[in-house]
Amino acid sequence: MTQTLQAGTEAARGYEPRVLVFSTNTISDPGIDLAGSSHMHYSPEVVVISLPCTSGIKPSWILYALERNFDGVFIASDGDECGYLSDCSQRSSRIVQEAQTLLAQHGIDGGRLKMAAICSVCAEPFAKHIREFTKALAELEA
Amino acid sequence: MSGRRIGVYVCHCGGNISDYVDVERVVQAVKDNDDVVVVRDAMFTCSDATQQEIATDIAEQQLDGLVVASCSPKLHTFTFRDVARRAGLNPYEYTQVNIREQCSWTHTDDRDGATRKAVKLVRAGIARTRLSEPLEPLEVETMPRVLVIGGGIAGMRAAIGLADIGLSVFLVERKLELGGWVGGFGEMFPHAKKGRALIAELKDEIKRRPAITVFTNAELTAKSGTYGNYRAVVRANGESIELEVGQIVVTTGFDSYEPEAGQYGYGIDGVLTLPEFKRLLDESEGPLLHEGKPVRNIAYVYCVGSRDAEHPYCSRFCCSAAVHASLLAVDRDADIRQYHLYRDLRTYGKNELMFNESRKRGSLYLKFADDDLPKVARNDDGLSVTVRDLLTAGEEVTIAADLVVLVTGMVPRQNEELVRTLKLPVGQDGFFNEIHPKLRPVETVVDGVMIAGACQGPKTSAESVASGLAAVAQGAAVLKRGVAELDPQVAVVNVSACTSCGECVAACPFGAISLTTTNGSDGPGVAVIDAAACKGCGGCVPVCPEDAIDLKGYTDSQVRAMIDGLLVGAET
Repeated sequence: MTQTLQAGTEAARGYEPRVLVFSTNTISDPGIDLAGSSHMHYSPEVVVISLPCTSGIKPSWILYALERNFDGVFIASDGDECGYLSDCSQRSSRIVQEAQTLLAQHGIDGGRLKMAAICSVCAEPFAKHIREFTKALAELEA
Repeated sequence: MSGRRIGVYVCHCGGNISDYVDVERVVQAVKDNDDVVVVRDAMFTCSDATQQEIATDIAEQQLDGLVVASCSPKLHTFTFRDVARRAGLNPYEYTQVNIREQCSWTHTDDRDGATRKAVKLVRAGIARTRLSEPLEPLEVETMPRVLVIGGGIAGMRAAIGLADIGLSVFLVERKLELGGWVGGFGEMFPHAKKGRALIAELKDEIKRRPAITVFTNAELTAKSGTYGNYRAVVRANGESIELEVGQIVVTTGFDSYEPEAGQYGYGIDGVLTLPEFKRLLDESEGPLLHEGKPVRNIAYVYCVGSRDAEHPYCSRFCCSAAVHASLLAVDRDADIRQYHLYRDLRTYGKNELMFNESRKRGSLYLKFADDDLPKVARNDDGLSVTVRDLLTAGEEVTIAADLVVLVTGMVPRQNEELVRTLKLPVGQDGFFNEIHPKLRPVETVVDGVMIAGACQGPKTSAESVASGLAAVAQGAAVLKRGVAELDPQVAVVNVSACTSCGECVAACPFGAISLTTTNGSDGPGVAVIDAAACKGCGGCVPVCPEDAIDLKGYTDSQVRAMIDGLLVGAET
């Protein structure tokens, strides 16, 4: 197949995995905002849905996103900083475990779901996680 | 088609968005979406004119949904909720889409990618709005008391302001005495009044107000409760005291930059920081002496600990403070020789008059390059400072000095425990972050916790007091009403699906969920959520085995619709 390659187009960049990020309104979303304010680049195929708290993510949403053509789901979690729930980390881990079981049942590679705690100023860690996750997802396709 | 009538507004944000996102392409891509009846772009959607335009559209086009694609929801959610309310649209029928922080600013390197992403984000916002429903805020009574943490000039003045407006105040200071930095100062600019005298006056004013309770040698150790009704634990003189307050104002100030050993000769006898030199001036009279020896030559090195790799910001007070200190020195000895070595110098606003006066009275100003810093050394005759002066064609000058003053900037105070207790947002520079520097300059993302003074970033004492009084106005605006509005985006149970298993009850640490014994008939009871006790975290949503709980504003169908919206339109 021949294509005219243009700088900045997806064709020129090659395959870019579509990533859905679940962030949280007061902890990780400000961290992701800060990454943007600091012009830390990552793939524009990465999009964010922000919720109040990581513990409110339904495993079925993760499955839905991956079945609906997202290549990966990244949970930018509250970690121990959650303003609502002191056991937010344990709850989020349980949600990820349940989601992994669901993905396995549907024949979806567990590597397509990743979680990391992102604090309200964790701009650089977020950008780094996303770049690594995007790379790992691209390798899954290869 | 759902039969909704949605208006979509896409912001250029000056060029902050439109320099990197093709706004016109975004408008074209969504204008034919189902249920979208108006799409407009605007230079600034937050401007009065555009707010008015949105309000007019809501009324004339009978909009029942609003999507604003502009900056982060942390900035203008309340602005646009108000626009909706003013125009008669329920504020919760509006969705904010972040195409600045999380799109244009992230993808400054990829206009096409950023534009396609913006389209997807806006489509997801439309999808969410299609399923939005009107919600009414819950009102709770608030405690007419404020906890002020930090008894420097900003905290003291704020405490007085709060008391005068009719609120009770607890003023907590870590040290044994109120007053902070200013309490230790002699003459300050721009009015020549002594810092010590200012603080003495404020202390008197505080004593005269029974509404203010002062705790010194005290720190905040815990905070719980909800907006308008916080329980704070203060440890004062070894004793824990529980306080019930409606709001918290943090005025913990700054630390002065401590140069590293050897930086510009720091550590050599006669090399002082700006606060050390200020103390020397303030605590002596007559001819200026340093360790018994007369001081006839002073060299000042500016921007020490400011505008460098570790501290990229300007501390802004220090140029004026150093020039002012040099005027105090020349007051003591009209023949003193003073050399100001600077990279850039700005005695902003009215302080420029001090700069002019200092030159008239003999101060010399020499400009050095960012990559060619002055060198300070000690020899038999005293101190010498070598500098290449850009204003005399790069000539190398060596200055013999009795004192070298390192004009040190402000650095954030290390307050890890306070940050942890209040969950304060800390910026990259280490100072506390407000929600918006212009529009919400003393509020933080933590409801009911405000910041003021130099804990937000470098400020003069005058600017610190002004922000302290801003916190007074902001605090009073909530507490004087006596009621605060709670977010109505709480969890709700679909009773027809509930089996009364009790999983959600166990999952809620706020005690907001209970089980009824019966639902009126003979069947099993159902889970009931108390909207005033629910914090809206959604922690009960995934634990329900029957999928019977939804968080309003983030319902199952809304999240799925957003996921769909984010995938549609990759081709545009």
